Amino acid sequence: MKFKAMLIASAMAFVPASVMAADLTIGFSQIGSESGWRAAETTVTKQEAEKRGINLKFADAQQKQENQIKALRSFIAQGVDAILIAPVVATGWDEVLEEAKESEIPVILLDRTVDASDDLYMTAVTSDLVHEGRVAGKWLVDEMAGAKCDIVELQGTTGSSPAIDRKNGFEEGIAGSDNLKIVRSQTGDFTRSQGKVVMESFLKAVGGENICALYAHNDDMAVGAIQAIKEAGLKPGEDIKIVSIDSVPDIHLAMLEGEANATVELTPNMAGPAFDALDAYFSNGVVPPKWIQTESKLYTLKDDNKHIYETKRYLGY
Amino acid sequence: MMSSSIRATLRRVTPQLIILAAVLFLNFLVFPDFFRVEFQNGRLFGNLIDVLNRGAPTALLCIGMTLVIATKGIDLSVGAVMAIAGAVAASLVVDGYSWQTALLGALAVGMLCGIWNGILVAVLRIQPIVATLVLMVAGRGIAQLVTEGTILTFVNPGLVHLGSGTVVGIPTPILIWVFLGLAVAAIVRKTALGMLIEAIGINEGSSRMAGINSRVLITSVYLISGFCAALAGVIVAADIKGADANNAGLWLELDAILAVVIGGNSLLGGRFSILASLIGALIIQSVNSVILLSGMPPEFNLVIKALIIIAILVIQSPTVKHALYIIRASAQPLPSEPVKEAKESTQ
Repeated sequence: MKFKAMLIASAMAFVPASVMAADLTIGFSQIGSESGWRAAETTVTKQEAEKRGINLKFADAQQKQENQIKALRSFIAQGVDAILIAPVVATGWDEVLEEAKESEIPVILLDRTVDASDDLYMTAVTSDLVHEGRVAGKWLVDEMAGAKCDIVELQGTTGSSPAIDRKNGFEEGIAGSDNLKIVRSQTGDFTRSQGKVVMESFLKAVGGENICALYAHNDDMAVGAIQAIKEAGLKPGEDIKIVSIDSVPDIHLAMLEGEANATVELTPNMAGPAFDALDAYFSNGVVPPKWIQTESKLYTLKDDNKHIYETKRYLGY
Repeated sequence: MMSSSIRATLRRVTPQLIILAAVLFLNFLVFPDFFRVEFQNGRLFGNLIDVLNRGAPTALLCIGMTLVIATKGIDLSVGAVMAIAGAVAASLVVDGYSWQTALLGALAVGMLCGIWNGILVAVLRIQPIVATLVLMVAGRGIAQLVTEGTILTFVNPGLVHLGSGTVVGIPTPILIWVFLGLAVAAIVRKTALGMLIEAIGINEGSSRMAGINSRVLITSVYLISGFCAALAGVIVAADIKGADANNAGLWLELDAILAVVIGGNSLLGGRFSILASLIGALIIQSVNSVILLSGMPPEFNLVIKALIIIAILVIQSPTVKHALYIIRASAQPLPSEPVKEAKESTQ
């Protein structure tokens, strides 16, 4: 098997890593393309594979677990060197992961985790949702520098884990700064139109002049809220500071016009760290930790938002 | 003549008006400035205006839905048709067409969807709930194909005006739904059309025997429903300057059906009132407004909404209505006695 040949080669340790990676065949089972971010993840994964000369076998599951399981079985039958999977749900993976393990094919989870024993997969590459909220909160603490600030919050879909974690993270981030206070918090369902509707009600219930900052759990809601703020005759970004999460192209466009202030990136590049881990494993036998956390990078008005917008807009967001 | 028909209409919508007043009062309780309307930045600005403006999509949908339900049908596809129409309008202006072309294109696609539903129901005799479910599920996929899975944004000022612009200070969506509501209500009531639709809902077989072309009429009501949905979809897309195929109009078909039911229209078809449905749509939007203004944590949103809706439906239920009638009748014993005397005297 190719996999065993790799191990022998890595024991010899003469061959440079880049050449090693070039020989790899990796299967990638993607959930589908239900959101712009998901589409961007697919694009970036293909780009990263091409950059490293990896032969990527891509399977779109169209939101169905049975399609993902089928794809995994077909990858195993083809004898790929490794499998990347973004699992659509958390449960029901034990059997197929067991099969991959028996065939000695390492599996790396992307973006989401599963409820299965952690010896069934090599590692999980995900973002820390709580940390994202914390970064956003810390930014606002620094930005305000002690000045009093009443914050309104647009939450994600009630009960969803990004909404819960990003809320808790932000609260951790502003904890200890008594000048910052969340005065209103309501769900905007992660959508532009609800973000706009709920911001309209905030502006009337609290009074636009009393709101100092908006924290939105995703950029789309922030983009909707920006329109509501403009229609109320206020200047988004100046009268009301805006910080959100995801770093989608449209928020960089808003930042370019000074209408939003900061965004925390949920990187679509989950595959890059996964390929690096596989590379290290195959060439040097380095077993990665069970969780690889992606960077939650903060973008502000100081960054080159025009350049970021131009690079991101073609990723499929 | 005229005043008696107005009085009859008023009597028909009295329960809905009372409920609307009660829910608006609830808004006033949680937010005392609720009724304040100002003129700001060249537009009317206030919570009451928001209720009328944000209620536009549901109000538009329930115009068509009322007619469909009057024929004993139901249209589950309106939310998906909204997504398709928004996507079509957005992609047309992005491709450089004028906003008029985009609007007409979206409306044409909406009516096409309506005709599709109508043919399934009226010609192939598939049950309406199943027939329209097809487009409800597939429609969102079609919309995603049009937008290629992204939120298709646009800046065309003409199209944006339909969603967030104003005419003499009044938000355009309000004018659109009020005008369309009055126009459709007038057309069905000033002609025999309304009566024919009711006849089909009560007994399609006998109405066909009586010479009503039920196939054409049923197809037409689904067509109107598709038209209304397309208009709502264009407004929703114009409002956020982007077509969001995943979320535009999501679950809004249920709000539209609820508005029709709150409007006192029977899901079994027959007599209908578009005006009452429109008030129903405003009641739903007022309930949403209470939730947003109350400042309660979002975990309570659906609970509050459910409690208010249940209260409204219980008050309207036949059993409670009958009980209220008996209480009212027994509280006023005087008017009933002269009637008895009159009967006795005639014997």
